[in-house]
Amino acid sequence: MARGRRVFEGRGRMIAELGAFALMLALALSMGQTALSAAGRLRHSALLQGAGEGAALGAFIAVLIAFLALMDAFIRSDFSVANVANNSTTTEPMFYKVTGVWGSHEGSVLLWNLVLTGFGALIVLFGDNLPRALKALTVMVQGLLAVLFIGYTVFASSPFARLANPPVQGNPLNPILQDPTFAIHPPFLYCGYVGFSVVFSLAVAALIEGRVDAAWARWVRPWALTAWSFLTVGIMLGSFWSYYTQGWGGWWFWDPVENASFMPWLAGAALLHSAIVTEKRGTLVGWTVFLALIAFTLSMLGTFLVRSGVLTSVHAFAVDPTRGTILLTIVAAAVGAAFALFAWRASKLSGGGLFSPVSREGALVLNNLFLSTACATVLLGTLYPLIRQALTPNNPISVGPPFFALTFNPLMIITLLIVPFGPLLAWKRGDLRAAAMSLRIPAALALACGLVALAVMQPRMALSCAGLALGFWLIFGALAELAERSRVGRVAAMESLRRLGGLPRGAWGTTLAHAGLGVFVLGACFESSWKLENAQTLSPGQTMSIGAYSLKLDSVTPIDGAGYSAEHAVISASRNGNPICTLSPERRTYPAAAGQTTSKKSICVLGASDLYVGLDDGQQNPDDIHAWVVRAYWYPWARFIFIGPVLMALGGLISLSDRRLRFSMPQRAKAKGGPLKTEPAE
Amino acid sequence: MPLLPKSRKARRRLLVVAVAAPILALAVGLTLFAMRDAVVFFYGPSQAQTEHVPSGRLVRIGGLVQTGSVIKGANGEVRFAITDNVNTISTHYRGELPDLFREGQGVVAQGAFDDAGVFQAREILAKHDEKYMPKEVVDALKKSGQWRAGAASSRGAGA
Repeated sequence: MARGRRVFEGRGRMIAELGAFALMLALALSMGQTALSAAGRLRHSALLQGAGEGAALGAFIAVLIAFLALMDAFIRSDFSVANVANNSTTTEPMFYKVTGVWGSHEGSVLLWNLVLTGFGALIVLFGDNLPRALKALTVMVQGLLAVLFIGYTVFASSPFARLANPPVQGNPLNPILQDPTFAIHPPFLYCGYVGFSVVFSLAVAALIEGRVDAAWARWVRPWALTAWSFLTVGIMLGSFWSYYTQGWGGWWFWDPVENASFMPWLAGAALLHSAIVTEKRGTLVGWTVFLALIAFTLSMLGTFLVRSGVLTSVHAFAVDPTRGTILLTIVAAAVGAAFALFAWRASKLSGGGLFSPVSREGALVLNNLFLSTACATVLLGTLYPLIRQALTPNNPISVGPPFFALTFNPLMIITLLIVPFGPLLAWKRGDLRAAAMSLRIPAALALACGLVALAVMQPRMALSCAGLALGFWLIFGALAELAERSRVGRVAAMESLRRLGGLPRGAWGTTLAHAGLGVFVLGACFESSWKLENAQTLSPGQTMSIGAYSLKLDSVTPIDGAGYSAEHAVISASRNGNPICTLSPERRTYPAAAGQTTSKKSICVLGASDLYVGLDDGQQNPDDIHAWVVRAYWYPWARFIFIGPVLMALGGLISLSDRRLRFSMPQRAKAKGGPLKTEPAE
Repeated sequence: MPLLPKSRKARRRLLVVAVAAPILALAVGLTLFAMRDAVVFFYGPSQAQTEHVPSGRLVRIGGLVQTGSVIKGANGEVRFAITDNVNTISTHYRGELPDLFREGQGVVAQGAFDDAGVFQAREILAKHDEKYMPKEVVDALKKSGQWRAGAASSRGAGA
């Protein structure tokens, strides 16, 4: 047995070294990808360009091997690898061993590289209908980005560093992070962040070529949509994790880490809309290129500003400042070069046609003005503490919710008010009065909903009811667009249905995304206005109340779980004497993590609302009876906060599946052209 | 009209500027207003005492949770002292403490002083990493001469 085990360990040792080697190979291949693609473009050589593309595919496979090698080390708990010893234990469930791969700084940078080279490979595989020269340059820029980040990984942040004396047991992944939602949050977030690298590379390539046309914009859109949809889900997962595991009573704190993910989201949303104008009308060219650069810039800035440790955040990570500085230097170099190129070449891009202010493109320009201004206020609010600290180091400040409530919210409210008009206006020359006419029913309905809320909801909050009306306005407004397009009420029902079925998927995508925005607004507004909180010390048998519900602590028993021991409470919730559900919050202690305790919440989902209970420390009260502090929260309509973004991302994916938007065949739709097919894609 | 440019293109461009200008002005105005009133200042315990933070103003206090000072009352109330080992600030909080809240560890609390000089915390900022020490706390400790290098490690955690 001993012998067999040694052989096994020996093989494992090789696998980690294989990973380190694969990473270096990936660096070399990325360099090759950059150089060969550049040479291919310069010499118009299909052979060199093809070699560059091959190198891009190879770089992805090499990073994938490195990633799998690290995962293998985690799965086998090979503590001779420092990263594994620092971030996992043998007692963890397999799921967390696997997700522990990206739980550390080194691992998450490796994941970043995997996604980056993965998107590089996708450009190669799906880029056949790109102009040859543009494709070569895009692959080149993507290769250059890969060189920067893989180089950083190899030289400053290797996940394969060895320990001379491997420990018997490793440091556990922080128990708070041991949660399924949080485990899958980084991959989604990174697919979003790094997805914008494709758009970035395309923009830089277009700047080098000095030419942007409708085909380029048609190319940018699906990638921007993909990245933005992933980012939407990624942010939502992080927010959901914070909401349901932490019991901070919150899902968004306007914290630098959250803002870091929100800024590229806003820029991406602006890009999605401006690319439509560039594609359909050939204008806003420079602006679209600028947004494409900005979206990935903000992605990098956000990730590494947070990781560099210069900003203080409630979600803070302890990091090595030297590494942070290297990362910020890399980002500054990439971004600086891109924007210098933009300043130099942007005037070359043909500006394009005229448009009437009242038109689809006019509405989209307005959307972009507001989204980018809102993004700028978020950027300012995030960086202001840093700037201020540099000027007056004695009085550190933080910028939190009050700042954003005053700056971001008013801008966003105006934006949301005009959202339903956009899709109802025609290209070139829109009819504002006709759009207003088709929106009068949604407006009336939304107003009615707001008034009902004002009459029903206690305590009475006029502003919150206005917020609810805004949410309904978005939802009904989005539906009005479908109604308008299918001519409900003006033609026979069957004809309407047929028209509805014949609508391009892009139209459905728009409707779903805009309605999802409304669903989110409803949830955000309702939850933050009418949530309740109560905490009481209870002994078994005692009850407490929250809102209309009463909670009875039935029992608290010690139990053993995977990697922890816990006090397990059973609490029965009832309303007016009718039992509703049983809640079982736990207070978990992790012996492997120096006895750290976490509070495992229990949630009773009641429709879109959550009844949410947590168990605090046990106490011995004066009568020598065991008692526990039970914290109860009532979060009305909280589920909408998370359903909204899911609908938005789904809208993005449905648009993506639109035939005219597919990566590989944007041309074919034109040939078929029916009466409905001539309608523009959203 | 000599005031308007002749070409249609230039007129359109002027229109875009005319629409963009008020939006930007609005954003700048809101931002300036918010920066005056809606930012939260950070104080270490010593600094908070020398500078007489007015009661009722939202501030952040950062330091170490004084060992032995945490008293958990009924119904989830908790009292503790934030210290930089020179001055302490007695703090009252009613709410859920982050899982990483411990005696002797760094803490940042957001709230306001009441008239009695007790800091009424509304939020205790949570962290992902038990070894993480907020930068402001480090600076506050350095200022009061109580910082020992090496007390905070630099291992990264989380993604």
